[in-house]
Amino acid sequence: MSLTRQDVEKVALLARLQLTDDELAVMTEQLTQIVGYVDQLAEVDTDGVEPMAHAVEVANVFADDEVRPSLPREAALANAPRRNDRGYLVPAVLGE
Amino acid sequence: MSLAELTASELLDSLATGDATAVEATQEYLALIEQRDGAIGAFLRVDAESALAQAAEVDRKRAAGEELGPLAGLPIAVKDVLCDSAGTTTCASRMLETFRPPYDATVVANLKTADAVLIGRLNMDEFAMGGSTENSAYQLTRNPWDVACTPGGSSGGSAACVAAGMAPLAIGTDTGGSIRQPAGLCGVVGLKPTYGRVSRYGLVAFASSLDQVGPMARTVRDAALLLETLAGHDPRDATSLEAPVPQYTATLEKPLEGLRLGVVKEHFGPGLDGEVESAVRAAIAQYESMGATVREISLPHSKYAVATYYVIAPSEASSNLARYDGAHYGYRTDQAAMVAELAAERKALAEAGDEAGLAQLDTALVRMYRRSRAEGFGPEVKRRIMLGTYALSAGYYDAYYLKALKVRRLIRQDFDQAFEEVDLIAGPVTAAPAFKLGAMVDDPLAMYLVDLYTVSANLAGLPGISIPCGFSQGGLPIGLQLLAPPLEEARLLRGAHMYQQTTDWHQRRPAMN
Repeated sequence: MSLTRQDVEKVALLARLQLTDDELAVMTEQLTQIVGYVDQLAEVDTDGVEPMAHAVEVANVFADDEVRPSLPREAALANAPRRNDRGYLVPAVLGE
Repeated sequence: MSLAELTASELLDSLATGDATAVEATQEYLALIEQRDGAIGAFLRVDAESALAQAAEVDRKRAAGEELGPLAGLPIAVKDVLCDSAGTTTCASRMLETFRPPYDATVVANLKTADAVLIGRLNMDEFAMGGSTENSAYQLTRNPWDVACTPGGSSGGSAACVAAGMAPLAIGTDTGGSIRQPAGLCGVVGLKPTYGRVSRYGLVAFASSLDQVGPMARTVRDAALLLETLAGHDPRDATSLEAPVPQYTATLEKPLEGLRLGVVKEHFGPGLDGEVESAVRAAIAQYESMGATVREISLPHSKYAVATYYVIAPSEASSNLARYDGAHYGYRTDQAAMVAELAAERKALAEAGDEAGLAQLDTALVRMYRRSRAEGFGPEVKRRIMLGTYALSAGYYDAYYLKALKVRRLIRQDFDQAFEEVDLIAGPVTAAPAFKLGAMVDDPLAMYLVDLYTVSANLAGLPGISIPCGFSQGGLPIGLQLLAPPLEEARLLRGAHMYQQTTDWHQRRPAMN
């Protein structure tokens, strides 16, 4: 099926990507081509076939409920682009 | 004979008998990297100082009679996708250019415990997405057999490094063929283990139900040796398997008696290069001469494998890569420029009286995410995130993602049936030898189709190995792929080793300066 530029703009928002006009044009064409290729899956008869999310279907892996050390705050914050001594800093979310 | 000409197993013996020291071996490899990597571009970072310190520590322990790990003193290079707290882990992306992991991947920790000498970090396609290593944000890697050609990908740095003799061992990762394809194109050995055989803890995630870490080496024996250190259950990876790890090197010399070798009829269709077909058929004939029975088998759903993969892998990637938000770690866009951009857009919309446009305008936080990701990711990563987001979005989930999961089961069932009749499956790794750099950069679908023979093993979770089985007229390596049932790595390695005992393709080396 063919994707429109509006479809691609919507997906870019969902994916939290900002695309330039040129990127949108190229992406619309390439995604249409790739989706057209994967459309062949429609011809496979999958009636009654259980979906397989993992290659090795291990179920119910339990861990003991015990307290173990977690990443110290300083280590977790060490790679932050902006931070103070207690947390991550981001642009204001409320009150715009 | 120079130490760098030895296989890893031979070097290990030389170190054990005192014929050589780990420092000497490391110095020799560092000198070769210095001499050769300018033309190849396999390494993103060479850790000369820390490697020499690790090597000196191994020599000290040996001299003091202390216990040594199974890889003691062997130089090894790691794909830059496995977390190592000793430096940056970039995934060949601008997004992670300065990222220093706060912990070691289990695989990296295992290598350190095994007393391996970590000599550097290897180039790759950004976030392991690609088949030519051209998607690296930092540099091209060239095929040591012909520097105009790609080494393959995404573990192109790992394959090129081993092929060029710059390390006896390397670590790669394989989500749709990213160990086996570059191994095939560079004429080295590359093994993708059973899904769950090797821990993924600390492996930067691409597609979590498909990703596996594996060894790359010059010989099957060396790959077996390295796999012994990589494999095993890890409580920190809930998908890792509890099965005990056999000592692969101990059973390697035992040939597979009465081997039943399956040849997939769908693998020899149109599109397969004639020279590749001849080399692979000759390898199969070689097995027959060693007593194997060859049976033609059919994997009727294999023609849907690439389509299935390019729904499932991008879907998982779009979810996994949502973590790169410019807030917690990794690249963030310039905040002042971002705020100014938004203000200008708001003003323009207000002047035009566009109420709907104003209502839809990104918040500052959303714009920060969008700009950070737009500037931090390269084109292929963006393409896959977009494709996966589309496949998972409302209205398309059933038609694409759920459908692909069902076809995935049919692909696995084809293999289960095939392995009732045969012990191993043999076939090509790729349809053609290495292609020229730049040949496919503008045609993503053509690049995806390169994965034709390798993706099925990831979808089905099977172990697979690529071993050299010939050369094209143009002097480019050709690979043979062997596949085994889940957790049958010992069988796979024995079968591959049998071939290397009676052929010498793996002993050929590219001409290097």
